Amino acid sequence: MQGGRVTERRATAAPAIELRGISKAFGPVQANKDISIRVMPGTIHGIIGENGAGKSTLMSILYGFYKADAGEIFINGQKTQIPDSQAAIRAGIGMVFQHFKLVQNFTVLENIILGAEDGGLLKPSLAKARKSLIALEKEYGLKVDPDALIEEIGVGKQQRVEILKALYRQAEILILDEPTGVLTPAEADQLFRILARLKAEGKTIILITHKLREIMEITDTVSVMRRGEMTATVKTSQTSPEELAELMVGRKVLLRVDKAPAKPGAEVLLVDDLRVTDEDGVERLKGISLKVRAGEILGVAGVAGNGQSELLEVLGGMRPATGQVSIKGESIDLTGKRSDGQSRRSRGIAHVPEDRQHEGLIMDFAAWENLIFGYHHDPEYQANRLLMDNSDVTQLAARKMERFDVRPPNPRLTAKSFSGGNQQKLVLAREIERNPDLLLVGQPTRGVDIGAIEFIHKQIIALRDAGKAILLVSVELDEIMSLSDRIAVMFDGRIMGERLPSQTDQTELGLLMAGIDPDTD
Amino acid sequence: MDFTTLLLVLDSTVRLATPLLLACLAGLFSERAGIFDIGLEGKMLMAAFFSAAVAYATGNVWLGLLAGIASSMALSAIHGLASITFRGNQLISGVAINFLAAGVTVVVAQSWFRQGGRTPSLEGASRFNPIELPLAESLSGVPLLGPIYHELVSGHTVPVYAAFAAVPLTWWILFRTRFGLRLRAVGENPESVDTAGVSVIGLRFAAVAIAGLLCGIAGAYLGTALQAGFVKDMTAGRGFIALAALIFSKWRPWHALYATLLFGLLQAIAVRFQNIDLGGFVIPVQFMEALPYILTVVILAGFVGKAIPPRAGGEPYVKER
Amino acid sequence: MEKMPKWADAVLVPLLSLLMAAILSAIVIFAIGEDPVAAFKLMVDGALMRSAGWGYTLYYATNFIFTGLAVSVAFHARLFNIGGEGQAMLGGLGVALVCLYIPWPHWTLAIIGASIGGAIFGAAWAFAPAYLQAKRGSHVVITTIMFNYIAYSVLNYLLVNVLIAKGSMDPATPKFPEATHLPTFRDMFSTADTILFRGSPANVSFFLALFACVFVWLLIWRTRLGYEIRAFGHSDTAANYAGISAVRITIVTMLISGALAGLMAVNTTQGEAERLILNPTEGAGFIGIAVALMGRNHPVGVFIAALLFGFLYQGGAELALWTNIPRELIVVIQALVILFTGALDNMVRMPLERLFLAFRRKEAR
Repeated sequence: MQGGRVTERRATAAPAIELRGISKAFGPVQANKDISIRVMPGTIHGIIGENGAGKSTLMSILYGFYKADAGEIFINGQKTQIPDSQAAIRAGIGMVFQHFKLVQNFTVLENIILGAEDGGLLKPSLAKARKSLIALEKEYGLKVDPDALIEEIGVGKQQRVEILKALYRQAEILILDEPTGVLTPAEADQLFRILARLKAEGKTIILITHKLREIMEITDTVSVMRRGEMTATVKTSQTSPEELAELMVGRKVLLRVDKAPAKPGAEVLLVDDLRVTDEDGVERLKGISLKVRAGEILGVAGVAGNGQSELLEVLGGMRPATGQVSIKGESIDLTGKRSDGQSRRSRGIAHVPEDRQHEGLIMDFAAWENLIFGYHHDPEYQANRLLMDNSDVTQLAARKMERFDVRPPNPRLTAKSFSGGNQQKLVLAREIERNPDLLLVGQPTRGVDIGAIEFIHKQIIALRDAGKAILLVSVELDEIMSLSDRIAVMFDGRIMGERLPSQTDQTELGLLMAGIDPDTD
Repeated sequence: MDFTTLLLVLDSTVRLATPLLLACLAGLFSERAGIFDIGLEGKMLMAAFFSAAVAYATGNVWLGLLAGIASSMALSAIHGLASITFRGNQLISGVAINFLAAGVTVVVAQSWFRQGGRTPSLEGASRFNPIELPLAESLSGVPLLGPIYHELVSGHTVPVYAAFAAVPLTWWILFRTRFGLRLRAVGENPESVDTAGVSVIGLRFAAVAIAGLLCGIAGAYLGTALQAGFVKDMTAGRGFIALAALIFSKWRPWHALYATLLFGLLQAIAVRFQNIDLGGFVIPVQFMEALPYILTVVILAGFVGKAIPPRAGGEPYVKER
Repeated sequence: MEKMPKWADAVLVPLLSLLMAAILSAIVIFAIGEDPVAAFKLMVDGALMRSAGWGYTLYYATNFIFTGLAVSVAFHARLFNIGGEGQAMLGGLGVALVCLYIPWPHWTLAIIGASIGGAIFGAAWAFAPAYLQAKRGSHVVITTIMFNYIAYSVLNYLLVNVLIAKGSMDPATPKFPEATHLPTFRDMFSTADTILFRGSPANVSFFLALFACVFVWLLIWRTRLGYEIRAFGHSDTAANYAGISAVRITIVTMLISGALAGLMAVNTTQGEAERLILNPTEGAGFIGIAVALMGRNHPVGVFIAALLFGFLYQGGAELALWTNIPRELIVVIQALVILFTGALDNMVRMPLERLFLAFRRKEAR
């Protein structure tokens, strides 16, 4: 009997997991400093902290993915060595990583048995897994087609496969790392229901997140991490979001952005019936129409993968499309030679791309080289007709870094030696300093610490107040709500609807993001 | 072209396709596990020399085969060390291995045999000799099927049959065994394997070792069966053609067989028809020599369609930041 | 934070790699029953102790500068051009045609013409692999290797059937006219009393190679094209974001690379052979890979590495002449250098980085 086992274990009162004095350094960076934590069985424990606080590292150590430099791990009161993932699995630990560890062109079943096969031949393993999958589905309501290929099912389903993988390996302790990042609010609710059920069945769950709301909603206890250290562990019922935020950052934070009402001017960007078909022949944008006026921020909300990225890429000149786009009344090319990033820049469009590490910056280039990236043909940067003026560019770069508070302000350092927030400031400095008519911004604060977030938000609002048009794409609903003057919600390559931030709430936007229009239903 | 000539060409197609097929399957194992291997050429060359040299010295072709496999696997170990353990550039490692083989074979051949970088000619038991399949002689009188059985199916050497048998075996290993599942997974997403508690490094070394084994057989076949001894640079680009065939086959075993047979046929035609006279216009012999290479380019350029290599191919696996 | 100072990365790592390659080569020499120390002395004697030896060393170094630069330029765009051999062969054809069929009044003009001819033919031979890589995604590594084989067949055909000197059995063009012959180092540096570089092939193209080094340095680090090449090489996705065309950079880079390889023929075909022969490259195209890797894709590094390989090549020839060590030993050394400086780079680098990190911690204390 499941229930009996739970009460029995609670009675023994040994923590399901106890970490004592865990430390881990990556080269000169100390990711975890002397961390201790106790998680009781049958509870949901949250770990919250900013990006880079060391949450994922800690859990990767618990899962045997990294080796701790110092410290001890106890599972159910027993001291346990976890040198590799195999040992973690044996100890009853399962982990659902932020980026799923699934083989895209394998079936669900093949992914589930991988590494947990019975014997050298596949047939018996597959048959056995199929049976237990049916049992697990009954027990936890985790429904998924065992013969579907991973690449053909949605992210929500893929996450279920990851949970099933852990349960198939008889995990009693389940670690979930930022599980809602890729989910719609509805899907996230569904996940939480599954977690609640797992808890009721006696499983122990550790939830890693940076979203305060999730912690408040589902956890029993919560630990806060800051810069590799554990700053507090409290009962969720005895704390508040404000207190947690302060513990995360180490000082009082304003959760709202100060801004004056927008004073929109003339139309700057006009998009009509924009369509994109990707390399695999899938239509990603299915007729997008929108406009952005001078002096306003249009926020585009949506769950990742619903066409927002493609919209930014088309406008930024990174991929061809069909339809009409005009800037200040003059149309721009969507295919051919005049549709690349440099043509866009010459038309007054600046672009802060979603992925600064692979798009916005060259990580092996020095800061000064990155600060002219995309604008390197500008006559201002040339010494003569043939050669570039590197020393002049370096001096210009130093001044820009000063103005945008990039630390350290040394233009000769390579981009990869800056923190995420400072890297983003480099991109913003480059794009905003060009004084564009239209700024495209994708995920401006992804992987950025809270201090830099405030700075970046201020810069974006300052540009708006200078009378520029801004198109903001973000998967963080809070960010969209606090920055935008108007909000467009995208779902499945279409715009589901437009709302004013003052006249909507997270629930309504969440429904739109899931493809449901509350007004028509 | 009459029936006999056709049979002869097809027969030599089978013989010429054999080293390509073995090398192609070698590449298949390696690349399915995420390790690019442009050192197939060098491994074959190394094996060709050491198998011929040992076969000559001992008079036993089987010992030669073992020596060939061992030398090829030694190069595999270097490739593994460079591209798996030390996470180096797999293309550069392959290039180094090709040069290493090209140099070492000649240097050692000169030191051992003093014949300008070749082994003495092999004969008798120091070569793989053709095997007559049962009833081949007595059935050769049967119209059509008789000669096909006698000329085409029967009368090949052991490595030829081994190569053809390796095709279904490879398919079975890849798609029906636990090892195959893990091998394919490690080439697609090594993290999936690592988080499941299986060693990425172990799997990749296993794949690279299998590639060494198959290249060893291919090289031994070149040095002791297809030709009677080792000659400098005798692989003549076969390792690269095998790679093209691998891409053409989209990393699938049965398609690898078809692709290498196609290249074998081209080589057979080039060998058989040195100067083709097209009514006054003679196709020069140099063109026929270059034809397999030209076709390799043509196939890479156009007829592959969309070939999606294993997703993690060429990328060293880094667990820690 | 950088783990290791730049100078260590640029100097120490290649030097250590070279040392390991040298030790292994010595073991190979020892294993085939020769004396490594005697062999090394013989190499030094033959390559460096006389001006004639230097004349050969610099002649070979000239070739390797061109091919090393060719590989380097392509590497900056993360393209692996293994086709230097074929491109240099075709460069030889270009040089030969220019020298044979244009009546040049003086070598100063002829070398300009031959350079253009060699560069254009070399670039042309790189065009097809470049185009196929850019437009069809055919891997440039395999296609350039195939083009090496095809180049050999093309040259073979032309020399046997078309360009062969009348009445000759030797597959080579006739001698180039006197006016195209380049001044050798002997012509340039000997005085009335002392004859320097006697009988050695080093010629004025060495300075062309130096010029090429400067050109490549300016191109890669001082021009917009070089900026775009490097950007594309580091990140093709970022290049797309910045509006740098992958197709254009791939093709242009390969053309420059092929042209540099083709220029090598000015040294060999015009400067030394003074006619086009079969296999005019003798593996120099491949040595360019080792030179580029060891030289860290920087013209200064390439120059130094090319000198080293010039020495090895000439020393190797001496060995082949006086001992039972064949010239292929150089191929072994070249392979080991590629292995250690290219593929096993981390094996050398990681312990070094740890060492520097430990040092720094000590200093900080």
